[in-house]
Amino acid sequence: MKLTLKIWRQKNASDKGGFVTYPIDGISTDMSFLEMMDVLNEELAIKGQDPVHFDHDCREGICGMCSLYINGHPHGPQQTTTCQLHMRTFSDGETITIEPWRAKAFPVVKDLVVDRGSFDRIIQAGGYVNVNTGGVPDANEIPIPKRVADEAFDSATCIGCGACVAACKNASAMLFTSAKISQLAMLPQGQVERMSRAEKMVAQMDEEGFGACTNTGACEAECPKGISLTNIARMNREYFSASLKSENV
Amino acid sequence: MILDSKSPIGPLAEKWTKHKFNSKLVNPANKRKYEVIVVGTGLAGASAAASLAELGYKVKAFCFQDSPRRAHSIAAQGGINAAKNYQNDGDSVYRLFYDTIKGGDYRSRESNVYRLAEVSVNIIDQCVAQGVPFAREYGGLLANRSFGGAQVSRTFYARGQTGQQLLLGAYSALSRQVANGKVKLYPRTEMMDVVTIDGHARGIVTRNLITGAIETHAAHAVLLCTGGYGNVFFLSTNAMGSNVTAAWRAHKKGAYFANPCYTQIHPTCIPVSGDHQSKLTLMSESLRNDGRVWVPKTVELAQKLRKGEIKPRDIKDEDRDYYLERKYPSFGNLVPRDVASRNAKDVCDENRGVNETGQAVFLDFRDAINRDSEDAIRARYGNLFDMYQQITGENPYQTPMKIYPAVHYTMGGLWVDYNLSTTVPGLYSLGEANFSDHGANRLGASALMQGLADGYFVVPYTIGDYLAQIGPAPVDANHPEFAKAEKGVKDAIQKLLSINGTKTVDHFHKALGHIMWEYCGMARNAEGLTKAKGMIQELRKEFWRDVKVLGANEELNQTLEKASRVADFLELGELMVDDALNRSESCGGHFRLESQTPDGEALRDDENFAYAAAWEFMAENSPETLHKEPLVFENVKLTQRSYK
Ligand SMILES: Cc1cc2nc3c(=O)[nH]c(=O)nc-3n(C[C@H](O)[C@H](O)[C@H](O)COP(=O)(O)OP(=O)(O)OC[C@H]3O[C@@H](n4cnc5c(N)ncnc54)[C@H](O)[C@@H]3O)c2cc1C
Ligand code: SF4
Ligand code: FES
Repeated sequence: MKLTLKIWRQKNASDKGGFVTYPIDGISTDMSFLEMMDVLNEELAIKGQDPVHFDHDCREGICGMCSLYINGHPHGPQQTTTCQLHMRTFSDGETITIEPWRAKAFPVVKDLVVDRGSFDRIIQAGGYVNVNTGGVPDANEIPIPKRVADEAFDSATCIGCGACVAACKNASAMLFTSAKISQLAMLPQGQVERMSRAEKMVAQMDEEGFGACTNTGACEAECPKGISLTNIARMNREYFSASLKSENV
Repeated sequence: MILDSKSPIGPLAEKWTKHKFNSKLVNPANKRKYEVIVVGTGLAGASAAASLAELGYKVKAFCFQDSPRRAHSIAAQGGINAAKNYQNDGDSVYRLFYDTIKGGDYRSRESNVYRLAEVSVNIIDQCVAQGVPFAREYGGLLANRSFGGAQVSRTFYARGQTGQQLLLGAYSALSRQVANGKVKLYPRTEMMDVVTIDGHARGIVTRNLITGAIETHAAHAVLLCTGGYGNVFFLSTNAMGSNVTAAWRAHKKGAYFANPCYTQIHPTCIPVSGDHQSKLTLMSESLRNDGRVWVPKTVELAQKLRKGEIKPRDIKDEDRDYYLERKYPSFGNLVPRDVASRNAKDVCDENRGVNETGQAVFLDFRDAINRDSEDAIRARYGNLFDMYQQITGENPYQTPMKIYPAVHYTMGGLWVDYNLSTTVPGLYSLGEANFSDHGANRLGASALMQGLADGYFVVPYTIGDYLAQIGPAPVDANHPEFAKAEKGVKDAIQKLLSINGTKTVDHFHKALGHIMWEYCGMARNAEGLTKAKGMIQELRKEFWRDVKVLGANEELNQTLEKASRVADFLELGELMVDDALNRSESCGGHFRLESQTPDGEALRDDENFAYAAAWEFMAENSPETLHKEPLVFENVKLTQRSYK
């Protein structure tokens, strides 16, 4: 395959940045998208040009590190992660535009690499059960109906990639935040701190500069793990009942 | 130096309890005066950092990814073992201990393995309390499955994402301590060296991967939880960033490296499709419960397949060689990983491989689908089949999967005693980075167990004994050793940046991987290993003469990161070869062609090799010194494995 790549290059956080076009040839349809980027980078390196920087690690669709905005979609045209996207999805001769995630709360570090530390801080605000190591009950003393466990699992599969934010015109982090709130709100282990958790995590989300939700559903449509909008509805319920009975008064 | 394992004396089942009682305790009011550095935030690191912070220590946690949640542990699929005996099928702490010792082919330390089995039950309780959504039965209790040929169902799992869910649990505990101000996080930070003062570990040197700033951090103790080194082979199932740098630099500062040649090669991975390949994807071992492994009986049929002249389904049953079922009638397709891997290589070496490169065998679900229906198979393996189709573009319901072995796990690592202390006092190693519990081969679902055991339940006790002895006086961050180590790191980086040669870092990494796979992989002999040693030495010289590392230190520079890791792999590779040469027996995942039974199976040599090989770094470019920790078996009887 022969392709034209239009790639966002930006030296560092303070650089203005802009698109640079690279022709590339000899790409096999079996390659993953990131392997295609590897080929480009090898070529650039040999020519003495700075390789295009992008984040990736597991290349199995589970670590959530890869984050390319391809032809107007986070993670490209399929509902999967960038690392699981294969070149057979594209056609010979195509021009592919590659950008970083764009959101105020995800500042660009270099080229296609962004800083998603804001997601970690949302979890630190309350995305856990307050238990210490040791001194917990036997695992089977907490029976959980299979249906509940399965549903909590669906929320727990979020990989923290940030595609939902990149997909949203408001750069809202509702889908990500609601997935964690939902998981813990459904499980018996999460009940004790259910109210304060929703309040604290939502407050942190706002503080990080993520936008509001206007229910366009773009996040759900682009989420590689199929995290559903029902999580947002559940979070809203959690949040409103928390503010009614606030423990923080 | 004599290697002292510090295994407590007394009956096996009482060792850990007694040891805990005999360990010194740190006064609770003093705990906050101690600083502990934890490098790595995988299962081992995140669980250790959280648990130590809960106890009151001041913790700094480092990882090279942008978030601790992305450590390589996240990718583990299958499950985690624990001797809960929830299924009432005869499991016990002793049975898990026994299976692990046997699975490791009698090359691990009894006391450590017993403790691992003992604390395994606490791990599951801890994870459930955190909200980890393990699979459940309709009655609401936890579900189990039998994994990797175990005779009991002791594996807990969370769909095909067990590692993810366990890591997110540990990450949540870690995040909670960050919020409490007890842990300071350093993501996108790479450890470049250990600082030792008077023989004790007293801190580390790091590089901020965004700004390039080289910094030093002082502490009372340092924990290396930095994962395995499978990427020395270039292609492996490990994440792209997995590396040996932290362990290797510690090794050069005095920590012995044990059994470096023990690597596990997993039989069911998606085969290499071309030169561009950057990593290999594991297909869960559970597939072998229903899939049948075969290649054509004749080379002619295999050639036709490779050329695309015939399709797999055109080959009649009588022309297929279900070689595992033929050679191992009692275990069939469920033989252990090393046996399955080696046999796949053998049939491909006979030119009977089934893809264009000739490096693949079939894993066929036709009969299972006919027996149980396509829906039943979809319910069991749907996500794996989808993943396979996504990567290869082929539909495994209609045509057999193609699989080939790939490097998956490294049993070798930093030598540690019963306290998980390396040979450098104050320097500990946890998880895949140490050599401790899996001997010459690891059982499925045991790495997750070991990482969490080390971090949640072992090191929080054993480190106290050391800290109480050295006292809480602050470590002098202005000691000249810090400046010296920092300068060493800066010089090494400048050296890499100034070569400005003609070949890329990946070029060297691939070349090294090729040598390792060819000569130090599934089957080895003295001749090939000797040749490999020379080749690696040459490659290393060429690297330092001709590698091209662009850009500067003071920026995000992914080429520089890789170059520095590959430089360490080039040194480790040679030690792996030395270790493989020294161990002229076959054992575990390691097959020495010179050491086999008359019918071609692995032959262990307990008389000469029942020891852990711990290597001491002497000086650059000079041979390392071998120290032997004899393995004493007081509770199990050594037997040769047989799967016929
Ligand atoms: C595809 C796959 C599937 C697997 N499935 C299973 C399974 O089902 N069951 C099972 O028991 N095991 C499984 N394993 C093995 C298991 O996942 C690993 O052995 C285990 O997760 C390792 O955990 P760890 O905490 O030791 O290291 P890792 O999770 O590898 O973490 C290493 C950490 O160290 C950090 N680090 C490394 N070097 C540096 C440095 N120089 N500076 C700073 N930080 C550094 C990294 O950032 C990371 O945080 C699987 C492995 C693979 C590859
Ligand atoms: S909700 Fe989906 S898109 Fe958003 S971070 Fe999680 S996995 Fe990524
Ligand atoms: S690289 Fe891990 S999800 Fe893509």
